[in-house]
Amino acid sequence: MLEHLRTQLPALIVVTPLTMGLIVALIGRRQIGWYIAMATTAGVFAMTLQLLMDVLNHGERSLTYLMGNWPVPYGIAYKADPLSASVMLIVAAMAAVITFYARRSVASEVPVGKLHYFWGLWLFCITGLLGITITGDAFNLYVLLEISSLSTYTLVALGKERNRRALTSAINYLLLGTMGACFYLVGVAYLYMATGSLNIPDIAERLQPIYASWGTDAPLYQKTVIAGFAMMAVGLSLKLALFPLHGWLPNAYTYAPSAVSALLASTATKVGAYAFMRVIFTLVGVGFAFGRLHTDIALMACSGAAIIVGSWMAIRQVNVKKLLAYSSIAQIGYIALGFALANRDGMTASVIHLINHALTKGGMFLALGMVMYRLGGTRLSDLRGLGRKMPLTMAAFTAGGLGLIGVPLTSGFVSKWYLVSGCLEGGRYEMAAVVLVGSLLALIYVWRVVETIYFGKRDEEVQVREAPWTMLVPTLLLIGASLYFGINASHTAYIAQAAADYLLGAAR
Amino acid sequence: MITPAETVTLALGVPLLGFVLVAMSGRIPNLRETFTLLTAVATFALVASLYPAVMRGEEVRVALFEVMPGVPLAFRVEPLGMVYALVATLLWIPNSVYSIGYMRGNNEKHQTRFYSCFPLAIASAVGIAFADNVFTMFVFYETLTLSTFPLVTHKGSTDAVRSGRVYLGILLTTSVAFQLFAVMWIAVLAQQGAASGIEFTEGGVFAAALASDAVSADIVGLLFFLYIYGIGKAALMPVHRWLPAAMVAPTPVSAFLHAVAVVKAGVFCVVKVTVYVFGLGTLNRYGLGEWLLYVSGFTIVAASLIAAFQDNLKKRLAYSTISQLSYVVMAAALFTPLGVLAATFHIVAHAFGKITLFFAAGSVYTAAHKTQVSQLNGIGRRMPATMAAFTVGALSMIGVPPLVGFVSKWWLINSIMERGTLTGVDFSEVFVLLVIAASTLLNASYFLPIVYRAFFKPLSDEDMKHPHGEAPMAIVYALSFTAALTVLFFFWHRPALDLAELVRRAAL
Repeated sequence: MLEHLRTQLPALIVVTPLTMGLIVALIGRRQIGWYIAMATTAGVFAMTLQLLMDVLNHGERSLTYLMGNWPVPYGIAYKADPLSASVMLIVAAMAAVITFYARRSVASEVPVGKLHYFWGLWLFCITGLLGITITGDAFNLYVLLEISSLSTYTLVALGKERNRRALTSAINYLLLGTMGACFYLVGVAYLYMATGSLNIPDIAERLQPIYASWGTDAPLYQKTVIAGFAMMAVGLSLKLALFPLHGWLPNAYTYAPSAVSALLASTATKVGAYAFMRVIFTLVGVGFAFGRLHTDIALMACSGAAIIVGSWMAIRQVNVKKLLAYSSIAQIGYIALGFALANRDGMTASVIHLINHALTKGGMFLALGMVMYRLGGTRLSDLRGLGRKMPLTMAAFTAGGLGLIGVPLTSGFVSKWYLVSGCLEGGRYEMAAVVLVGSLLALIYVWRVVETIYFGKRDEEVQVREAPWTMLVPTLLLIGASLYFGINASHTAYIAQAAADYLLGAAR
Repeated sequence: MITPAETVTLALGVPLLGFVLVAMSGRIPNLRETFTLLTAVATFALVASLYPAVMRGEEVRVALFEVMPGVPLAFRVEPLGMVYALVATLLWIPNSVYSIGYMRGNNEKHQTRFYSCFPLAIASAVGIAFADNVFTMFVFYETLTLSTFPLVTHKGSTDAVRSGRVYLGILLTTSVAFQLFAVMWIAVLAQQGAASGIEFTEGGVFAAALASDAVSADIVGLLFFLYIYGIGKAALMPVHRWLPAAMVAPTPVSAFLHAVAVVKAGVFCVVKVTVYVFGLGTLNRYGLGEWLLYVSGFTIVAASLIAAFQDNLKKRLAYSTISQLSYVVMAAALFTPLGVLAATFHIVAHAFGKITLFFAAGSVYTAAHKTQVSQLNGIGRRMPATMAAFTVGALSMIGVPPLVGFVSKWWLINSIMERGTLTGVDFSEVFVLLVIAASTLLNASYFLPIVYRAFFKPLSDEDMKHPHGEAPMAIVYALSFTAALTVLFFFWHRPALDLAELVRRAAL
């Protein structure tokens, strides 16, 4: 029985949260929602862990699961390889930790009558993110993208009890997110037109004769394929919030409920980046995307601008949540820069930063969530002198901030080390300089907050206590993990290098 | 019996243990201070016990663990590092005694935080001293900056916060933008076979690669520039501003910054990379670092001139430090073996003199609450021990025998002669001699008037109304001890000179 279930893991990982999400929303008993969500995310976490081990123990290091046993390319195939399995593990781990944290935080920010919807949507969102990661089917990816996006819009809008601007932020996000999804869908349609397939490895195979024909007198589908890829690239850039398509992100992160901000910041954009990598390296191929179209130059320009502009905007914020949101835009720039370099160190940096930034930024958003829980606001003035009132929360925030700067012995440093090495290896000295300038700008925006926390004068009349342990423990766990992976990066570097080799191998 | 390798690990571990003990015993000040003193003595004993092994030329290596694959946190004991480690750990003992007298005498707040930062800084200093590769050195260089930041901003006033910003801003900006860049670049070059590795190597890491044209001399020259300005702690103009800004800190911290750990780390790193990363042979053969001689010469004279116009005693001492640090840099920048010996020796000589001067300044502040030079008329009669020690320190700065400052000036002038015989006399030797002459005169012009005021001018009428005596005994003991060292070291400096001689041989 168990052995049989084990072969079904790739499907179960996606189907379980989907089913449980429906059940939570339908039962409607408000208290039970969190318990089901917690049990589900914990179960999914266990399953992704098992799946990763299965993948690593498997001879070919990849497992293909056929939905309904329909053969490729007719049915939908799920594909678990070292990269997708690790990204799923991160998503599931972050989801479980943040869910544990979220009980009190969500209860204080979302109206009681809507709690069951909240937890249902929460599980749908996680379903979508996990599905995007594991699916090997370009159209199925669109469907799962929409599942995660639609639930995210609603989750963001649920922040309206605290601030009405959550509604406009959600609408803004919905408009841009839907456009992004449409772009992606049209792109898939164009590729389907050229190749007649939706399965990602199958499309890649069928594109080869098409590419080969372009040098000859009778080029096949040249404009179709180029337009198709361009559409997909723009659609995914929107999802990933790559500069200059980041407009939806700051407000959505700022006005969403705290737990939602943490989940989005640590998983959603990461999965977007992962999907983008997949499209470039395993779908259209790096020879086409970078070699022929020079998308890498465009990506580097965008990511460089993201790093500088994102950090610069972060410096100017007075709401710390928004500051972190802009910082995320800069961090996405680092991830995109890594895979735009398309060399081993660059790709390693990209994947390792996916992990490190998920932990760091997730932890920092959780720390801010506790400030929100105790003080009802996250403006810079709310944090004044809080270092003495909420020492653990603020220590976690500060440690995370050091990670954003990339101080040695934090995981941010490891990411930066690989990224700059990748830049220097590729002879991209100007991008190496941009990365270092980004660190210095991060120093400025982080230090503004740290100074306020530890040197700001607090009105002693208002009593503030340290946050409850149910919120503290998950936060410290994430920040602790981000520090640990800065001191001993051998595990993360192993996974990231395996993933980089896999993607670069697929590209050849 | 513990092996030398284990001793190195312990010398790093004991201060960290001290940090924990000090932080935990905040409620019982006497116990807390006992822990501080025990840690200081134990750390010094551990470092000193390595001395015989170093003199025997034993290879003492420890690789703690790999932070990233191929990038270990590793240590190796060599003579130059031994000099810095001995100075830092030895002077931390009187510094701790002094701190106790000063902090209690002035009823400072947050003493536990204050005392717990010192062991962290000392652990960082030991880490820098024994670093085996450029990465390890960078890591501890940064932790030294971060662990001393709370000390600099100890008062928490607006002024302290602003100065803290300058301190951190300049030190982190230079280290991230320049030093880290150079470290990563060397790592990438090592991967590509254009450098022998990231480990410190006798003769430098580029010698072979330059000979086989695997790396161009221009890149090595650029790296040298990045490194020198990446070590902001050496306070070479124009990145010296952080040092006067840090004067806002309590005096024990100033003494710690100026004599024990921080600026010494800067000049130590300059000498270390000159000898062990670039190599004197390489720098001479390709004529790479000539500019450093002129920049450091300019810094010596300019800083002395500024010092002469400061009325604030600690500010005057700060600019004197900037000038003295550039003596070390200039001696190293002669790129001769004897110059390296002179640089190494001056690290020790300046430390003893400068710590005495700062102790005296703090003593005057504690007993008489005076900070300006113009207020010091006749104070020598009330505080004879303090001002006698000050005189000893001042004369050593000028280079008057029988004080240790004379010895290092002796070796410096000798090394100019050596350079003249090696490369032929040209403008550079004349320039260095002129700088030394001018700076000696300037030193005399800003130190002797203070001595004159203290002993020969009468007390003002205002002062007569506020009688006071010497500072607390802990302070007087500490400054008498370091003043005695300054004298003693003129007659008995064999251990330091032997070590410096080993450094000279390594540099050949």
